[in-house]
Amino acid sequence: MSTRHEIHLWGALRPLAGGALSIFVEADTIREMFAVVGEKYPGMVGQIEQGIAVSINGKIYRDQWDVELPQSAEIYLMPRLAGG
Amino acid sequence: MGVHVHTTVNGDAVEFACGEGEVLLDVLRNRLGLTGAKEGCGTGDCGACSVMLDGRLVCSCLVLGAEVGGKKIETIEGMADGMKLHPLQQAFIDHAALQCGVCTPGFLIAAKALLAKKPDPTEEEIRFGLAGNLCRCTGYDKIVRAVQHAAKEMRG
Amino acid sequence: MSLDLQNPKLVEKKFKVIGSRVPRPDGIDKVTGRARYGADFTMPGQLIGLVLRSPHAHAKIEKIDTSKAEKLSGVKAVITSADLPDLTKGDRMMLDLLENSMARGKALYDGHAVAAVAAIDLPTARKALKLIEVKYKLLPHVTDVDEALMPDAPIVHPHIITEGISSAPMKPTNWNKACEYGHGDVDAGFKEADHIFSRSFKTEQSHQGYIEPHSVSASVSPDGTAEMWVCTQGHFVYRNQCAQLLGMDASKLRVTSSEIGGGFGGKTHLWAEPLALALSRKANRPVKLTMTRDEVFRATGPTSSTSIDVKIGVKKDGTITAAFAELRYQSGCFPGNWAEVGAMTAFACYDLKNVKTIGKDVITNRPKTAAYRAPSAPMAAFAVENVIDEAAKAIGMNPVDFRIKNAAHQGTKSSYGPVYGPIGIGPTLEAAKNHPHMKAPLGKNQGRGMACGFWFNFGGQTCVDLNVTPDGKVTVAQGTVDVGGSRASIAMAVAEEMGINYEDVRSVIPDTSALGHNDMTDGSRGTFSTSMAAIYAARNAITVLRERAAKTWDIPLDEVEWKDGAAHAKGAGHGNRTPLSLADLARKAGRTGGPIAGHAETVADNAGVSFATHIADIEVDPETGRSQIKRYTVIQDAGKAMHPSYVEGQYQGGAAQGIGWALNEEYVYGKDGRLQNAGFLDYRIPVCSDLPFIDTQILEIPNPNHPYGVRGVGETSIVPPLAAVSIAMTNATGVRQTHLPMSPPRVLKSLKGKK
Repeated sequence: MSTRHEIHLWGALRPLAGGALSIFVEADTIREMFAVVGEKYPGMVGQIEQGIAVSINGKIYRDQWDVELPQSAEIYLMPRLAGG
Repeated sequence: MGVHVHTTVNGDAVEFACGEGEVLLDVLRNRLGLTGAKEGCGTGDCGACSVMLDGRLVCSCLVLGAEVGGKKIETIEGMADGMKLHPLQQAFIDHAALQCGVCTPGFLIAAKALLAKKPDPTEEEIRFGLAGNLCRCTGYDKIVRAVQHAAKEMRG
Repeated sequence: MSLDLQNPKLVEKKFKVIGSRVPRPDGIDKVTGRARYGADFTMPGQLIGLVLRSPHAHAKIEKIDTSKAEKLSGVKAVITSADLPDLTKGDRMMLDLLENSMARGKALYDGHAVAAVAAIDLPTARKALKLIEVKYKLLPHVTDVDEALMPDAPIVHPHIITEGISSAPMKPTNWNKACEYGHGDVDAGFKEADHIFSRSFKTEQSHQGYIEPHSVSASVSPDGTAEMWVCTQGHFVYRNQCAQLLGMDASKLRVTSSEIGGGFGGKTHLWAEPLALALSRKANRPVKLTMTRDEVFRATGPTSSTSIDVKIGVKKDGTITAAFAELRYQSGCFPGNWAEVGAMTAFACYDLKNVKTIGKDVITNRPKTAAYRAPSAPMAAFAVENVIDEAAKAIGMNPVDFRIKNAAHQGTKSSYGPVYGPIGIGPTLEAAKNHPHMKAPLGKNQGRGMACGFWFNFGGQTCVDLNVTPDGKVTVAQGTVDVGGSRASIAMAVAEEMGINYEDVRSVIPDTSALGHNDMTDGSRGTFSTSMAAIYAARNAITVLRERAAKTWDIPLDEVEWKDGAAHAKGAGHGNRTPLSLADLARKAGRTGGPIAGHAETVADNAGVSFATHIADIEVDPETGRSQIKRYTVIQDAGKAMHPSYVEGQYQGGAAQGIGWALNEEYVYGKDGRLQNAGFLDYRIPVCSDLPFIDTQILEIPNPNHPYGVRGVGETSIVPPLAAVSIAMTNATGVRQTHLPMSPPRVLKSLKGKK
């Protein structure tokens, strides 16, 4: 039984969730979360493919989809940035 | 080819043919296989192509291949004494005075020329003496320190 | 491979090698001129490639006639966009990249490539360019970020409409993206304020200014294989993208990274590399294509010029009640998300109840912008820190104390969304407050400024292969390009982990055929992620070495430990076994299972955010507006400085770039939309006599997500200088400086305005 998480969306994703600032997803890892999000909100699939960074309690992950989502973690979806 | 030239590079007699408008930097790099001098700008603004010409520090991108006949050229490749590094070269390594290293050959030639004129330079004299060489990585801090150290060592 | 070996968690350790100042392995090659950079490579039979570029800021290309050029003796290939079909399968980002490397029907900026040639030598190539006839139809152009937003501005791309706003008008626009970040209620927050400060700022365009121009040597074979020698921050990404654009298999394109003469983000993007490959394919000969300095300025990727409005509300006691910014950044002629990054970082240093940032990404007829060391953050910090400074002054509070009072800390909700874990801004501010620089007396016409800055730092895909040679030494193949000396740190990490001498480890960067994919050396990830992968590879090798020792002694694996560079038998009955050194095991490797190696293919992630505080002293000549930096201090947390000299070097280099950007560097465009200063004479970067020694203070608050506590350091040091130097200038002149760079004419103008 996967844990339920509140996933905060950054501005660009909100219109794809009907304007919601956050959505609720049952998942144990980042991978599972994206799978569920893609199913529930097909409009986000393109962005997920291109890349979305995930902040879990302030720690930002750009690539590791195996990372577990701890219970009651604060989870933010952010643009996948790069540096120079 | 327009011009046939006999000259001396790092103590070796050398001859080459080049175009009339061809610069010494291109001759060194493309005809003589000496790629230590770099083209950073081609207009004499960055010093990455610095060499010594008859004991004078020049930008080799501003010198024509045609005009070096009978002259003495010294490039970075001639700075070490066989396997023994020049004190400036060693100081640059010891003081981490290079990051990407592309400006380093030019700086070493310019620093050597500076110390030949001023063996005990002040910090200001070093900074102005090297103002013709651009570095984008280091902010010049460790370069100046390396030159100061090498100058002290060379004075004995 | 056991996941335990790939554990990023910090290990408590007394270091033997890490933290020392060892000589770098590539040092001798670089001080003797032996090291080979992009343009130092030659291929037998190579042709010289040159690019023909648009002299117009915006023009329709009606016709290109290459026939005369093709007929010139010695010319072996001429290409236009017709030779670069769109194979991107709807990937807009890749199509923009392709179109930027060669115009497709429209020249979008002064310097935009329209054709290219490959000829037997440079003079022939130059003649060939002159023989190409291009018929242009001039179009109105726009180069200023605010002008591009005006309703009557010339539109660069008719297919672009603003994304990111729900009420998006369906009209073509140069405003390609809108975004908003923040939390709370800024209107309510401003109502609560005792004082409100509001300012607008502009920063002109600057370039990374690496001394080495781009150079690529490409050789494509009729069987679809190819090789490329190129200066790049990421040869794997260049391989993948070139392969995609040219319709090749990535596995068949072997890319070697030359030594790189500076990048700072400008070499994370393809420019003329696809053209070199296309020319080689058409000519069936190797092609060497080196950019001139003029081309580097006109046709690679400078950073954005910006226009930023900031409004901050404060209480008498110094608490910030509300913070707002609108950031307009131009990304050149293709869409970018640079304003968005600015909007995310602008207030990241502060603990704010009410904050809102709006980012507007704008397209202009300028070259396509690329990343420049902590891209977008320096400009935002310039604007925000100046208003912070103004607020602190107005209420009579020490600027450092003002920042300490409002600084973000663990538990702060960041202005870009997530709550912070443990962060280092507090320590850098405290260190600044106590630094002798702050107490040093100032002379006439001198001013001091301090500022803080934030950057994200990244991890990424990283591969390291470690091989033990038969004589018991170690070679390390790392996939991340070494831009500034990191291969020393990688060798140090392996020596530390394996308990062997640094001198016995040699790290190299092989070509793309030898390792799995590696991300770019950008995002301050070079040492952070590569040392992590090197540690994992070493742990892997140690396991193999223990297995070989166990086999040799015929004892269980768990009775073998690796210590001080040798396998030791532990436990009852094994105490008198002579340890087996790395050399012993390597010599016998053939009999115990074959060559000994360790690998790590990994993703370094969660690199952790980074903060810095800078202090700058400047002296201004009020008659000429000319200024000189008198003293400069960088304070930044490195987590753990593997090689302190290189960490200091990153701090100093970033500060120097920021100083140049603050005082002198700008792209100057004429009314005709053409770049007027495309050379180092008039695009003036700092020279040796412009700068003092740059003091550095390395704080070491270990990063819990790296085995040795390392944090990325390369970028953050360019974030505070624009702010610190402009605040110093403000204090020296008595006039708030709002337009960068603060070149002498601008400073004089501001002084006149004061009168």
